[in-house]
Amino acid sequence: VPRSPGEMLRVFSALAMQGFGGVLPVAQRELVERRQWLTREQFLEALSIGQVLPGPNIVNMALIIGDRFFGWRGAVAALVGLLALPLLIVLALAAMYARFATEPIVAGALRGMGAVAAGLILAMACKLLPTLARNPLGRPLSALALLATVTTVGVLRWPMAYAVIAIGGAAVFAAWWRLGPKP
Amino acid sequence: MSFSSADWWPLFGHFLGMSMLAIGGALAVAPDIHRYIVGERGWIDDSQFSAAIALAQAAPGPNLLFVPVIGYAVAGLAGAGVALLGMLIPSTALALLVSRWGSKRREQRGVRAFVAGMAPITIALLLSTGGLLALPMARIPGAWLLIVATVALALKTRLSPVWAIAVGAVAGAAGLV
Repeated sequence: VPRSPGEMLRVFSALAMQGFGGVLPVAQRELVERRQWLTREQFLEALSIGQVLPGPNIVNMALIIGDRFFGWRGAVAALVGLLALPLLIVLALAAMYARFATEPIVAGALRGMGAVAAGLILAMACKLLPTLARNPLGRPLSALALLATVTTVGVLRWPMAYAVIAIGGAAVFAAWWRLGPKP
Repeated sequence: MSFSSADWWPLFGHFLGMSMLAIGGALAVAPDIHRYIVGERGWIDDSQFSAAIALAQAAPGPNLLFVPVIGYAVAGLAGAGVALLGMLIPSTALALLVSRWGSKRREQRGVRAFVAGMAPITIALLLSTGGLLALPMARIPGAWLLIVATVALALKTRLSPVWAIAVGAVAGAAGLV
């Protein structure tokens, strides 16, 4: 169990700095397995609430975990720990990039990294696809919601708010219908 | 169109809205950030946008950090701060308000329906983000190869993404992409 908000800040800093391409797996290893601040169930619960809420999952989770131990001071400590050092690093990189963006080698390297980033994000989406098989919506409705969103947001470039509220609202309603009243 | 002092509120306001729409992670709202910042306002171009996401993926820390990098490209350090605060304030306030309430009710029908209904939308938004980044490279065969190889590697192995990004940087610097 963490002793102080200061310790919380240090631990979240340390795990954010190890998180290349996603902090969640590191957070699970560090908070549950190594430090045992949380049981696996508590971690999963914080994660599932973090996913329901808008905003980045890992940020929501850090807030929930910080809040559980030290109230709002813990939440602030966890959030600052998670963001401060990585923010400094990424802004330093951005400043260097802005300075040398016209160099063909730098522009080329960033294009290559951009291609990989595109691949990583597509792979993340592909890894999540099988979870739809267990979705209470059922496969046809899940596929319909997915295609409608890709078409309106990805292809037609409509403002996301309309698409998410209309398609998301319909999908949530359909899921609510299908889940039925509690047995 | 370049950024002017009248544009601070629209910039901040856009990220406030994105914060509330980012269900399933910050990358899910990348298509709408692109639509507004690159398409509608023209504050930065395609290559700056995809560079921001690539830099954030290459650096340690949460994916969300592509947001301040975009803010930085638009309006320097103040832009980074405005973008990040906009992205954090609404969702953070909501998370703190709701977390105690939600943990007791996660088995309820309404909460489960919300999670289930939003799942396909989240995946669709990630696909759109990937497509958005891939599309400007449509005419570069090396880039396609890199994208396909990355997807295959990420699906088949547990290799840390940092290696894939390093390979991408080297291939790009060598002029292959």
